[in-house]
Amino acid sequence: MTKLVYFAWVRERIGKGEEEIALPDSVRTGADLIAHLRTLGEEYAHALEHGNVIRIALDREHVEHDEPIAGAREIALFPPMTGG
Amino acid sequence: MIAVRVGPEDFDVAAETARLTAGRTDIGAVVAFTGLCRNEGGRLSALELEHYPGMAEAEITRICEEAVARFSLVAVTAIHRVGRIAPGENIVLVLAAAPHRHAAFDGASFVMDYLKTSAPFWKKEHFADGTEGGWVDAKDSDDRAQEKWT
Repeated sequence: MTKLVYFAWVRERIGKGEEEIALPDSVRTGADLIAHLRTLGEEYAHALEHGNVIRIALDREHVEHDEPIAGAREIALFPPMTGG
Repeated sequence: MIAVRVGPEDFDVAAETARLTAGRTDIGAVVAFTGLCRNEGGRLSALELEHYPGMAEAEITRICEEAVARFSLVAVTAIHRVGRIAPGENIVLVLAAAPHRHAAFDGASFVMDYLKTSAPFWKKEHFADGTEGGWVDAKDSDDRAQEKWT
């Protein structure tokens, strides 16, 4: 099982802040994860419609979409940041 | 010395500056940047700031460490508020201390430019007419401000 956490409009559209899910072996990278989640339902498809703008963090560090996600304890998906 | 704080509490710039410089005689310059909530011409009643607990602190600390190494800063303080913030209230404070002013100015600017684009915070607008606005869009100008340091 992998812990996924969501923030801002990704969280709102999916309808939850976090969940534990089993990922198929074919999901190797962040981009694979986004593509997989989009198949799980309308709310995921809506949240991750524009997959290229979604930011990914593995264990609280930013990563690119082509980075392998194996071994991550916590994977976060969120929109571009707007703090400061 | 790096001090990073994320939470709903307000901050006092003078008190934070005093804390930063206490007992030190090697600091010749402290630059303070304070970011406040605007009312956007009267239409905004509040900003709601969401963050990724744990990563927000870790990412700001990474940015401050890079600023210390790059500009030979003596000390940095970075405080970011979260939760509901009304126009006129503080959002963010960056203090950069160095022996000379150029490093302090550049250090504070560098920390803010990276904080804007890579620290996990998100702003949602609430309007004065009681309606909930949307999430604030990230700005290309913030990306360009960050890229100028690379």
